[in-house]
Amino acid sequence: MKRTMKTLAVSCGAVAAALGVGAGTTPAQAQGKTITLCWAAWDPANALVELSKDFSAKSGIGMKFEFVPWTNYADRFLNELNSHGSLCDLIIGDSQWIGGAAENGQYVKLNDFFKKEGISMDDYMPATVVGYSEWPKNTPNYWALPAMGDAVGWTYRKDWFARPDVQKDFKAKYGREIGVPKTLDELKDIAQFFQGRDIDGKKVYGASIYTERGSEGITMGVSNYLYDYGFKYDDPKKPYAMDGFVNSPGAVKGLEAYKELYKCCTPPGASNSYMSEGLDAFKSGQVALQMNFFAFFPGLYKDPNVGGDKIGFFVNPAGPAGQATQLGGQGISVVSYSKNQAEALQYIKWFSGGDVQKKWWALGGYSCAKSVLNDPSFPGSAPFAKEFLQSMGMVVDFWAEPSYAQLLQAEQKRVHDYVVADKGTAQEALDGLVKDWKAIFKEEGKKF
Amino acid sequence: MNELSASSRITYRAVMVRPGLARRIRGLSDRMLAWLFITPTIVLLLAINIFPLLWTIYLSFTNYRANRANVPTIWLGADWYQSILTDPDIWAAMQVTAHFVIWTVVIETVLGFGLAYLIDKKFRGHGMWTTIILLPMMLSPAVVGNFWTFLYQPQIGLFNYVVAFFTGRAASSFQMLGDVTLSPWAIVIVDAWMWTPYVMLICLAGLRSIPDYIYEAAEVDRASKWRQFWSITLPMALPFIMLAVLFRGIENFKMFDMVNLLTGGGPGSTTEVASITLKRAAFESWRTGYSSAFAIILFVTVFGLANIYVKALNKVKSR
Repeated sequence: MKRTMKTLAVSCGAVAAALGVGAGTTPAQAQGKTITLCWAAWDPANALVELSKDFSAKSGIGMKFEFVPWTNYADRFLNELNSHGSLCDLIIGDSQWIGGAAENGQYVKLNDFFKKEGISMDDYMPATVVGYSEWPKNTPNYWALPAMGDAVGWTYRKDWFARPDVQKDFKAKYGREIGVPKTLDELKDIAQFFQGRDIDGKKVYGASIYTERGSEGITMGVSNYLYDYGFKYDDPKKPYAMDGFVNSPGAVKGLEAYKELYKCCTPPGASNSYMSEGLDAFKSGQVALQMNFFAFFPGLYKDPNVGGDKIGFFVNPAGPAGQATQLGGQGISVVSYSKNQAEALQYIKWFSGGDVQKKWWALGGYSCAKSVLNDPSFPGSAPFAKEFLQSMGMVVDFWAEPSYAQLLQAEQKRVHDYVVADKGTAQEALDGLVKDWKAIFKEEGKKF
Repeated sequence: MNELSASSRITYRAVMVRPGLARRIRGLSDRMLAWLFITPTIVLLLAINIFPLLWTIYLSFTNYRANRANVPTIWLGADWYQSILTDPDIWAAMQVTAHFVIWTVVIETVLGFGLAYLIDKKFRGHGMWTTIILLPMMLSPAVVGNFWTFLYQPQIGLFNYVVAFFTGRAASSFQMLGDVTLSPWAIVIVDAWMWTPYVMLICLAGLRSIPDYIYEAAEVDRASKWRQFWSITLPMALPFIMLAVLFRGIENFKMFDMVNLLTGGGPGSTTEVASITLKRAAFESWRTGYSSAFAIILFVTVFGLANIYVKALNKVKSR
């Protein structure tokens, strides 16, 4: 009998191995529990898999990963949370989800845990704490540990900028040297200069910017212009009062400027571009400038065709009303429906460690810890580190209300209608947006 | 006993083994037996079809949101229906849907019938041509959506190059998916490319069902080919054509996947068909009550139109 059981166990093991059962888990799984971490499928996720091997080795807890492409990321995981699913023990959820996830009881509140484990939010960059952890904003109620700092930045073709013919022509046309743009007007000049230009026998274009309609693309793009032109989500003194802030004269000009950039200086067919389309346009040598999240910059720098000495990075340039940039990035939260909350919390404790944060940055993730970012060697640690640090000091985020998805959809529609589909004026688009947002907040019972 | 068929032997053995059960089954009336067989189907139908429909109707009168199950549900009466029917954005989406449905159905019917008429004239290699024509409808809409996105790409897309070749315009001078005027036609072209073969198949079945002797009688009466077409072919194939129109009409009224992949409803809201609006309300905004009301309105619209159409179809058939 014993022999039969042994044979059976060996056979089962062989069959399981043949079928690949257990793929994606670490050897530590056999020693204890396994927890699942959910995130988007992109370069930093691969870095996290690498990093998490240390956690499994140290704790004996196996790690499984559920990564979903960005286009389905929100749909997939919000469905999971809304259906009280227990697939994810840990989730690196988008910054805008935090209000809904907190109010609907989908994330575990971490205040007591942080206190018990001595994790202080003072050790993280303030913008990331507000953006990724707090709900309500600017109150000490924490639902996530800042995990992946990110913001919108720009890349440019350094090698093209360095060409004598380009430098000569640019100076002749604009009366100044070509270089990293300091203002949005300068950025447009550069984009216009390259639009349709011949570089090594190939027609190139000015800039790849966000214009995607379906999810959040055009909103994440246009915000970088709106903020710099004076757009504000609401009256700082009177929350949810949006008239004159969302549709201020400055904001209208900002929206017009974004449309001008789209019309004058993007490649043909760029009416629905987001992160991956931007990467494709830049990597294939189509565009001189690219708007994209910093998370992609390590990969771009390593690219054999456009990386290394050929690529340069800069922060979102200033506009007439100031300089700001759209926040990206996420915090890591424990899902309240998880059956492995203790192990998930153990992971968060491990992840908050100073050495782990340093390794996270070294592997290609963007740490939010001050110990990493304020280190004197940080700005020189990567060609885009200085720009990242600068960007994180001027980030602004979209609404993080429980109704953020509705608010986002309204902006997607209004802005895309104006910028891409040429419907109405910028003033009408922003007035319409105020009307939509008021209706949504009214439905939510907000007073303004 | 040896002469019994295999099935009889099995029954006999079963009766021998479990006489009680056999007696009980033998005691059932035909009616009871019929109920016994259809009950699982009815239960399944109730569970996955009727109950969700009734539940959706209920939700359409409430403020329920699937992502906020802890918020008390409030009865709103017909508020959502009123708000949907007076919302200009909804009417815009319905107009986009109507444009898409009408043009795809017209084009697919004309081309599909034309192709069926040609294929019906048996010529050398017609089997191979039929298979080639049928290929697009065998593809997944997701695949079709993705590769037409590439075909329509202004810089590398084959479609733009073909147009450029024939018109002399630069290939990158126009964008099928990013232009407000062209994008509604871009989705019509793709749907017609994919589903014309389906219409052709149904029409072909209609044409093949016309008995040869009718044409022979017409020949005897010296009716011209033109007269034969209008007096025999078209009237006799009409019920099949109408059936194809019904199927394509219903299918395209709820079109989602292909349009979503091609344009995502854009540029702006130019190609936002009703099902994309519904999906956004239901699974992005999580306005479950609102989207339930919209779904019911769409259902009633399709159901009502289909019913009127089926009555017309029956009239044509009974002629």
